[in-house]
Amino acid sequence: MSRKLSVKHLLGIKQLTPDDIELILSTADQFKEVINRPIKKVPSLRDITIANLFFENSTRTRISFELAERRLSADTVNFAASNSSVKKGETLIDTVNNILAMKVDMVVMRHPNPGACVFLSKHVDAKIVNAGDGAHEHPTQALLDAYSIREKHGTVKGKKIVIVGDILHSRVALSNIFCLQKLGAEVMVCGPRTLMPRFISSLGVKVEYDLKKALEWCDVANMLRIQLERQDIKFFPTLREYTMQYGLNMEIMNSLGKEITIMHPGPINRGVEITSEVADSAQSIILDQVENGVAVRMAVLYLLAGRSDD
Amino acid sequence: MAPRIILNPQQFSITINRLCHQLIEVHDDFSDSVIIGLQPRGILLAKRIKNTLQEILKKDKILYGELDATFYRDDFRKKDLVPNQTNINFIIEDKNVVLIDDVLFTGRTIRAGLDAMMAFGRPKDVELMVLVDRRFSRNLPIQAKYVGCTVDTISSEKVKVDWKENEGEDHIWLITND
Repeated sequence: MSRKLSVKHLLGIKQLTPDDIELILSTADQFKEVINRPIKKVPSLRDITIANLFFENSTRTRISFELAERRLSADTVNFAASNSSVKKGETLIDTVNNILAMKVDMVVMRHPNPGACVFLSKHVDAKIVNAGDGAHEHPTQALLDAYSIREKHGTVKGKKIVIVGDILHSRVALSNIFCLQKLGAEVMVCGPRTLMPRFISSLGVKVEYDLKKALEWCDVANMLRIQLERQDIKFFPTLREYTMQYGLNMEIMNSLGKEITIMHPGPINRGVEITSEVADSAQSIILDQVENGVAVRMAVLYLLAGRSDD
Repeated sequence: MAPRIILNPQQFSITINRLCHQLIEVHDDFSDSVIIGLQPRGILLAKRIKNTLQEILKKDKILYGELDATFYRDDFRKKDLVPNQTNINFIIEDKNVVLIDDVLFTGRTIRAGLDAMMAFGRPKDVELMVLVDRRFSRNLPIQAKYVGCTVDTISSEKVKVDWKENEGEDHIWLITND
């Protein structure tokens, strides 16, 4: 296994090698041990300042990154677009360069536009971590999903994973497809035809429109939320109809004749894509995903900040 | 120059036994003491010491942990440091800790180890044991209480410890680069 990442920024899973992903996951193992200690903090990044730039709402990811940064002893500054100069017409590069002028070493950014992080990485002198860019990628979510599958099943290789729901608007889906395939898993996507990107099968994933068939095939089901905020037109008649066809409930789970693992990147719309009964069942690892998120983000920040030659 | 043997397998085992008896003189039956090995190579000595102590004391459980100090090191960003596993399932609050590493060189690993250990409680007392003490090469004011053997080396030389478990035979080598 390599000892350092092949990339300077974490812009997406697409740019990572399987070795990079393995390195992140095995480093996360050690951080998971750290965050379960009585004193959950290590001094590795004590000389690093990290700016969290969130141009889009987020609860889980922002808190998870913030905790990861603090448990590595980094200094953090937070920025939310809603109460900033962005509203006054400042450009992205200007905003970020102004923040970097105050001696910031790393930027964690969520932005509604796909490619915003790639763009930024070409124009500013700081390490960039993508915390979600539009409907493009959400690399740390995919890494923590892979980590959680590996923790539950021992390995990702050879596992069958189905991603269910709003594939068209989901950055989690794309990053997960890249990540799981690089680790040797078989990936299927399942959802209504209107929420399925055209040519998705060119990524090498199976496509299934029947939830029951997809669940019978898989070891792990990753349920996605319907991203109503990104849907400018109606993609299906009513939420009720979506739930009837693609909602996961105990009845379907019990009819499978095998146990599958249930994941969800959050936030959950209980009663829409998944019922409370399933989300809170023993087969669900939704809260483990959240815990693992901190460890995986610590690993990403540690490995990016620690690269010896920059 | 060919590698030189500092300790052969027989001397090696005598040294381990001596170190164990020295520990028993101070720590009695280890009811208030714990052993902590430093990753990656210190745990090999720590395991050996723990097993030998358990044989001598006829006791089946001495508290033993493995500590990785990577996140506390001061050469972060100077080299690519990959962490190893930390495995301490107890609190060291008010315990006498014997911290164990294989080779004591600059003292920087031990400094990081001391810091890392504090995340598991406030020990009553900490002692350091090493198999090889490389004299005159310290960067920090750190000395070991229990020492297997002392060697005088220059910085271009390397000390390598072989273990039965890994390399097939116990040996300590002095390697000189020409």
